[in-house]
Amino acid sequence: MKKTIHQINERIRDGNARVVTAEEMPALVAELGEEGALAEVDVVTTGTFGAMCSSGGFFNFGHADPPIRMERVWLNDVEAYAGLAAVDAYLGATQQSTTREENYGGAHVIEDFIAGKAVELRAISRGTDCYPRRTINTDLLLDNLNQAIMCNPRNGYQRYNAASNSTDRVLHTYMGMLLPGCGNVTYSGAGLLNPISNDPHFRVIGSGVPCLLGGAAGMVIGEGTQASPAAGFGTLMVTADMKQMDTEYIRAATMTGYGVTLYVGLGIPIPILDIETVRSTAVRDEDIWVDILDYGIPSRDRPSLGKVNYAMLKSGRLEINGEEVRISSLSSLRKARRVASELKKWIESGKMVVCLPTRRIDPARRAGPMRETAQGPRVLEIMDRRVITISEDEPIRDAAKKLLKGETNHLPVINGKGVLVGIVTTYDVSKAVVNPDKISHVRDIMRRRVITTTTDEPVDIAVRKLEKHNISALPVVDKEFHVVGMLTAMDLGKLFGGRWLK
Amino acid sequence: MKLLVTFSRKEGKKPIIAQVVRDTGVLVNVERAVIDSSEGEALIDIPDESCRVVKDKLADLGASVRILEEEISLDENECVDCGACISICPQEVFSFDEEFRLRVDAKRCVLCGRCIEICPHRALSRRIES
Ligand code: SF4
Ligand code: SF4
Repeated sequence: MKKTIHQINERIRDGNARVVTAEEMPALVAELGEEGALAEVDVVTTGTFGAMCSSGGFFNFGHADPPIRMERVWLNDVEAYAGLAAVDAYLGATQQSTTREENYGGAHVIEDFIAGKAVELRAISRGTDCYPRRTINTDLLLDNLNQAIMCNPRNGYQRYNAASNSTDRVLHTYMGMLLPGCGNVTYSGAGLLNPISNDPHFRVIGSGVPCLLGGAAGMVIGEGTQASPAAGFGTLMVTADMKQMDTEYIRAATMTGYGVTLYVGLGIPIPILDIETVRSTAVRDEDIWVDILDYGIPSRDRPSLGKVNYAMLKSGRLEINGEEVRISSLSSLRKARRVASELKKWIESGKMVVCLPTRRIDPARRAGPMRETAQGPRVLEIMDRRVITISEDEPIRDAAKKLLKGETNHLPVINGKGVLVGIVTTYDVSKAVVNPDKISHVRDIMRRRVITTTTDEPVDIAVRKLEKHNISALPVVDKEFHVVGMLTAMDLGKLFGGRWLK
Repeated sequence: MKLLVTFSRKEGKKPIIAQVVRDTGVLVNVERAVIDSSEGEALIDIPDESCRVVKDKLADLGASVRILEEEISLDENECVDCGACISICPQEVFSFDEEFRLRVDAKRCVLCGRCIEICPHRALSRRIES
């Protein structure tokens, strides 16, 4: 048996369509069988509500008198991209305010507009014969704009890897706060309610199909940026009119220590046309697996600490290395359910009908990494190779001498085998002189917790370590933990001396 | 009842809290303590009826005591029930109910401030207990 879109829409218009949410579907298929479910169900509604950084909107402000060709535009001090025609601009959700930094950004401007608040527009121009005006400053409501069209290049991630942190310090990431020693796990996504998880081969989701975006009737434009459906990480580009939106389904947020983002509610109706759509909408949380990635490793290919499915994630607790840890979601399942049930109401009442894609999304697409033609500098290239070390058995006096002679503030401490075991600074030595007590050897005053770098580490990551720990030097070590160099704030000066900046 | 105790350590390391327990016989629960070389601050939980005697004893020992009336408070209009706060609270104040709505057990809170800092929707704050 098969159904056509036409038949389904007919039933929607007659008010007879059977609509269920993606959460209700698996049980229904188990009960009725696939054929039974195909006969019974017309549409399955999906929903997700979470942080979707790649979001934003186009605005048209209308012409002022005398007119201005806006070259740079700020909305409540958040800069929008104005490299478009005279009074058009695109505001990105993650752009931060020039005055309030991560506490306010593009996402907040969007939420304020939708909430009916006034937003201050400021723009400048160099002035032309046809657009003589050079500055403008005015307060605007959403109603005062000609258009406010949300257009999100990457929304609705099919699933997203979970996060944890094996290092011994707290990390603030776009996956939230990650406690040291894998003290927690965070994840994002609605699992079985996610639109693409209900149509992973893009048989019915594609360009032109309707969606519920931020509470408004919207449309899927097509494949989202960075989409990688072949690897199970499909994304969508979507659009809707902000004037129809509701702050119930669109919220600004700040990931502390990371930045501004927009929480977006997105739902897509899946017409049940054939056995394949029945099967794909019968997906369960247990079927959707992701890796728990270690965000402690600052590289693109973060190692996996294990695999989990959404049922495990939603349970709230998990065992890692034999220890029970708590799980936080960053997206809201409660709101995702609301999106799916709101969409269900819309279809039941005939407020929205379904259609097939006018252009299909390629399910075989795989996103690639960036091609980098010039590699950023590595520690090896700027480190100081003249290493002065001291042994842990030497008297503090000798450390003082070496520090003076070497014109350095940091002395790596090594043991009998030449392995790095600590570090002493001028400060530690001075302190020992002031409080002579019983201590006499380097071993007594050295710090045993040494932050190190390696020769092939990118300089940016080493710099991040210096900043994070508020220190000014890093011993560079090899695999055996022998000191092969030092990286100091002074060496970083070389970077700006013109060798790397063209 | 929660008391915030601040004491100076200039005159040496007196085991103030241990002394209070010994002299008053009241069982004190230390919920949070930050102690450095010159100063210490501890958040303690005691039975309401023992408030007077514990407060007086602490004052005798040279500590300053403040009854803590603040508690963690949730702004339901801002909260989206994401759950980001659940795994980072050291006291397990937060959990989900069956509907995945955030549940707050404010009585357990020791006001460490972590959740206030990380809530993506700025829905959490300190509020004077009503
Ligand atoms: S982190 Fe904030 S928004 Fe999320 S559930 Fe907790 S209080 Fe609510
Ligand atoms: S302040 Fe927040 S994180 Fe800290 S104990 Fe209270 S509820 Fe938990």
